[in-house]
Amino acid sequence: MENSLDPAPSLLEVRGISKSFGAVRALQEVDFTLRAGEIHALLGENGAGKSTMIKVITGVFPRDAGIVRLGGEEIAPRSAKAALQAGIATVYQEVNLLPNLSVAQNLFLDRQPMRFGIVREGEMRRRAKALLKDFGLDIDVAASLGSYSVAIQHVTAIARAVDLSARVLILDEPTASLDRHEVEILFGVMRQLAKRGIGIVFVSHFLDQVYEISDRITVLRNGRLVGERETASLPRLELIRMMLGRELAETTSARASAGERIAREVCASFENYGKAGYVTPFNLELRHGEVVGLAGLLGSGRTETARLVFGAERADRGQAKVEGAPVRLQSPRDGVRHGFGYCPEERKTDGIVAELTVRENIVLALQAKRGLHRPLSRREQDEIARRYVRMLDIRPPDPERAVGLLSGGNQQKVLLARWLATSPRLLVLDEPTRGIDVGAHAEIIRLIRELCDDGLALLVISSELDEIVTYSDRVVVLRDRTHVEELAGEAIDVGNILAAIAADVAHEAHA
Amino acid sequence: MKGLPPVLITAIVLVAGFALCAMQFPNIASTRVVGNLLTDNAFLGIVATGMTFVIISGGIDLSVGSVIGFTTVFVALAIERWGVPPLVAFVAILALSAAFGGAMGAVIHVFDLPPFIVTLAGMFLARGASFLLSTESVPITAPVYSTVSDFALRMPGGGRLTAIAIIMLVIVIGGALLLHLTRFGANVYALGGSRATASLMGVAVGKMTVKIYMLSSLLAGIAGIVFSFYTSAGYSLSAVGVELDTIAAVVIGGTLLTGGQGSVIGTFLGVLIQGLIQTYINFDGTLSSWWTKIATGVLLFAFIALQQGLVALARRPAAKRAGAAT
Repeated sequence: MENSLDPAPSLLEVRGISKSFGAVRALQEVDFTLRAGEIHALLGENGAGKSTMIKVITGVFPRDAGIVRLGGEEIAPRSAKAALQAGIATVYQEVNLLPNLSVAQNLFLDRQPMRFGIVREGEMRRRAKALLKDFGLDIDVAASLGSYSVAIQHVTAIARAVDLSARVLILDEPTASLDRHEVEILFGVMRQLAKRGIGIVFVSHFLDQVYEISDRITVLRNGRLVGERETASLPRLELIRMMLGRELAETTSARASAGERIAREVCASFENYGKAGYVTPFNLELRHGEVVGLAGLLGSGRTETARLVFGAERADRGQAKVEGAPVRLQSPRDGVRHGFGYCPEERKTDGIVAELTVRENIVLALQAKRGLHRPLSRREQDEIARRYVRMLDIRPPDPERAVGLLSGGNQQKVLLARWLATSPRLLVLDEPTRGIDVGAHAEIIRLIRELCDDGLALLVISSELDEIVTYSDRVVVLRDRTHVEELAGEAIDVGNILAAIAADVAHEAHA
Repeated sequence: MKGLPPVLITAIVLVAGFALCAMQFPNIASTRVVGNLLTDNAFLGIVATGMTFVIISGGIDLSVGSVIGFTTVFVALAIERWGVPPLVAFVAILALSAAFGGAMGAVIHVFDLPPFIVTLAGMFLARGASFLLSTESVPITAPVYSTVSDFALRMPGGGRLTAIAIIMLVIVIGGALLLHLTRFGANVYALGGSRATASLMGVAVGKMTVKIYMLSSLLAGIAGIVFSFYTSAGYSLSAVGVELDTIAAVVIGGTLLTGGQGSVIGTFLGVLIQGLIQTYINFDGTLSSWWTKIATGVLLFAFIALQQGLVALARRPAAKRAGAAT
């Protein structure tokens, strides 16, 4: 860390790697350099390309272009196993070990000490114990791995990887499910390994932890390299700008005037609404014909807020009101009953049903709202599907095509149509433009404005700050699962949002 | 590992059941009855040992009953009709059944097919092949058979530990050692935990799959030979449905049907429990032998419910250790 004057030799060099999935360019000519003995944070929002890059380096995905050098030699592993043999080990958030085996067996699976064809259980346990002691763990290695906490499972996975003579250790969100004390254990292990000359790639969305542990930072955004910096000399505001902001141009565009907004009626309001350990209680008013944007980093509580508002998660305090009347939102059913709609972030897994047709997908929520005993006739279904295909310009305009065959933008429109068909009063959109090409991107934004003009209340989450700035009438900024700032009118611009996200840095100690 | 291991519960059920039976029929608690119990269930104990490996690895082998049936017919015909020396016939059928199991394992791995389907096909194949050889029962009169049948170790109290019971005990002990003490055994558990993860950790998943099904079919072949000793005949309809009795014994023995946990000793206790129920019904004399099936069914339900409970318990975060050894 201190000896930055004599740069350690680069251990892992990634030059110009690209990777596309169909038409989506997940990585475009990204460079990455890892030195021996350093802890290097790899940062970026969802969809920035971190996971893709790790999988390309470790051979899980074949790369389209570029080279990877390990210790000066070019490598091209074809599987995670081959990468491990080459000396690159990856420990994922989901520990890739066998919880049903003992800790010792996990450490020495397939390479147990043997004598006369018999596993030397005692010797194996002794070695496992010694190995883990190096990592500051003194545990019963004969107990099954699954009986231990995730932190210990992580350390076990790291110990195994290192003992297999890994030179590069990639940790993908290792701290996401750990508490503070467990993070300390893990960080202790990481520092010790770095001292031994192992290069560590640390992927995390906890910026405090990044500043605490890393020597250098590489930021990706939309599949491109934004930059590589020394952690110590990178202000937090600058880092967040690298992760979120684009060029600060063209920030202000058509937005409702202040006078117009105040005249609008409240559609739904939430007072002191929250859930312990999920989102800090917040106050939120959503008005007809108004777009409220939720901005913040990954994990700041944006999606959590959306789920509480919709009823997908049950609040344990506060009062929700719809059109002034108190209501209880205990399940998505309640949300739908009160005229709410929710387009989740994971379109493919939580939203569309890929095998069903456009028509079937569109009528899904409406049918659910009406109940099974009042089926929509085929004629009604056709009419509804045709109307929304035309209204949202879904292409190709064929209601009988399976949704899985449509492009991302059109899938998003089908999802929108599904909720619009229920004539909602409030629509919650979580990252509506994620994974959509540029043309469709603009169209979705136009749609959001139009819907709003029709009197719908919208709550929109997006990581694209300039996008939020374009369509929001108000912006709520979140940090650490707390609503920290509400911006309205002229105050809405990328700079102010970034400042609010990074606000605590100014007066908090640099850890 | 988790409070009370399932195998201990199986042992308690067996001891309690034995005590209850002995209270009603004091004669049950004799080496004579125990010796018969071991002899009557020798083939089941052997084939269940193989099934334990398969189920712990996350698979299932439905073909074992048919392999037993095929083996009895093949051995009877080879010795009686084709004039092959018994020992040569044994070696040939064991090689054949091992190859059969290996082929099923290879198909399961290479084509990534569910073991249920592949071994179901194997079940029909082996049963069909035994009908092809002979549709009627073929008695075996070779002198080796009477020698083996007559051989027995005298136990105190007048019980007889027969040759086939001894074969079964040796295989159970050997199986337990193989499962718990060798790298092969550790890999079996690894496969049952997660094939993908095991592969990532360096286990040769394909080879292991072939070997595991090979072992199961080989033991089914041995069970078939033992069965032919037991009945002194080869019949294509013998051991119909035995695969299900075997799975029941394995599950009652505390092996998780989804794989990853279990033991050969537990399976052995499971076999004994089934044998005990059968013995009780024989002693009673008024009960239909189908009560064995009903009692087995009830026990199966109880044990599956128990396993679900234990799995749920293990998933509870509160049950996780913080770090210190206990």
